Amino acid sequence: MGLRKSEDGRPLPIPTPLAAPFFEAAAEGRLLIPHCPRDGWFFYPRSRCPTCLGDDWDWREASGQGEVHAFTVDRVGHDPALAADIPYAVAVVELAEGPRMPARIVGCGVDDVRVGMPVEAHYEDIEGITLVRFAPREN
Amino acid sequence: MGKQSAAIAGFTEWAPERIPETPMFPMEAAAQLAAEVIADAGFEKDEVDGLLVGNPLMESPMFAPSALAEYLGVGCNFGEVVDLGGATGCGMVWRAAAAIEVGVCETALVLCPMPMPPMPPATQGGPGPMRMPAYLGGDVWGSPQALYDIPSGLAAATPSFAMAASRYMAHWGVAPETLAKVAVQQRHNASGNPKAIFRDKPITIEDVLASRIVADPLHLLEIVMPCFGGAALLVTSAERAARGPNRPVRVSGYGERITHRNLTWAPDMLDTPVRAAAERAFRMAGTHREAMDLASMYDCYTITILLTIEDAGFCPKGQGGAFIEEHDLRFDGGDWPLNTHGGQLGMGQAGTAGGLSHVVDVVQQIQGRAGERQLPKADLAYANGTGGMLAEQVALILEGA
Repeated sequence: MGLRKSEDGRPLPIPTPLAAPFFEAAAEGRLLIPHCPRDGWFFYPRSRCPTCLGDDWDWREASGQGEVHAFTVDRVGHDPALAADIPYAVAVVELAEGPRMPARIVGCGVDDVRVGMPVEAHYEDIEGITLVRFAPREN
Repeated sequence: MGKQSAAIAGFTEWAPERIPETPMFPMEAAAQLAAEVIADAGFEKDEVDGLLVGNPLMESPMFAPSALAEYLGVGCNFGEVVDLGGATGCGMVWRAAAAIEVGVCETALVLCPMPMPPMPPATQGGPGPMRMPAYLGGDVWGSPQALYDIPSGLAAATPSFAMAASRYMAHWGVAPETLAKVAVQQRHNASGNPKAIFRDKPITIEDVLASRIVADPLHLLEIVMPCFGGAALLVTSAERAARGPNRPVRVSGYGERITHRNLTWAPDMLDTPVRAAAERAFRMAGTHREAMDLASMYDCYTITILLTIEDAGFCPKGQGGAFIEEHDLRFDGGDWPLNTHGGQLGMGQAGTAGGLSHVVDVVQQIQGRAGERQLPKADLAYANGTGGMLAEQVALILEGA
């Protein structure tokens, strides 16, 4: 298994050595994203840039701002481990820097989420790991 | 037409079932499918020298082709396990055709055994309905799904396709009624298919929109029913196929495109890999969209049909909704018959056999064996498969010889 379970059974990530800086920064309330000197920002973190396969990328702090690129509201609990949370909104967020990432949308009702909605990163600590969520932001 | 020289000579397909009466091991199912498809094509078993099977083969997660060769007593010149999810069936067809064209083998079986397997005696409870694992194999340490998607609450396939639908609605716009029409007309086509799980259960647009929302904006009736079943094809040289009892169905063009696994990481979630796959298939076959007598497109969800119609080039991007509204997709009198078997939405989705059902649909039509849903003219068709989260797609042009 590549996940560990929280006390109430939620799936939590086990950071790999390569991904650890992302999770360590999230624990400090910062969004750290790989940046390639030729091709710019990318996500998720990979050993090599997915555009040029160069390995000379570095971590840079992103603004934490973005918008909802696409979303859905899970109303039935496709992951039985998260059935207690339904209905919840999950989105692909497009960061202001360009890359996209999956995240739970918090801070508003599930029926208030819209494609294109401006959002900003929030950080939720769960039993030793920090998950990046996004919440609506004022324009 | 293209220079491709392989043909489908026979098929077999089992009616998808929620919970079959009798459990069966996949290799037992493969053997039954093999016997049926060899008989249908009028071949001798000793002529078979190629085996293709969809991933996974339960009894042999490793070494699947050799396990099957041994079980079936077939000496193979070509063995392949194909791992393209819903595109597996179409992916197996072109791999078999290509192997025949280059002379590696002459006659290959394409096998999609998806029976309800028995449970070992010590296990609690009996077999249950077909369910895909929630994490779709992504719960492995190091997988991007385990690090980012699953902890965010993104599991299974439906929420990903729902996200594509939400994005489409916001970016291009499509009415829920238009997507519902796809489900309604597929269900209508199922009425002509004795093997369809939803045969004689017609629905209306109001029924679709009144069914519960599973993942916004997708309603229950826009989502396939997972089933058990099985299907198989026999692919051989066009020359050999011509000596069989059925009209040979030539594999005139094919294309494949794979870009990502989870939808989160799609280069563009509204511009799917089927674009490149279909372009290559049409070019290889030397034909064009308007020449198709029918199409059979992978339909795990209504949104998949909308995106596939556009990206396969049947209408410009963003106009799929108008296309669906302007055309009648039914087998009986429709001007643009699509998924005359009812699609998987109407027939049920028996794993990789569900993906292969679109090829079987076309083969039945071209061979004149579609029974009450037979089209008056069926010589040239487009079929495709979609695997993963709009991630891995295969397009085929199939042509009656």
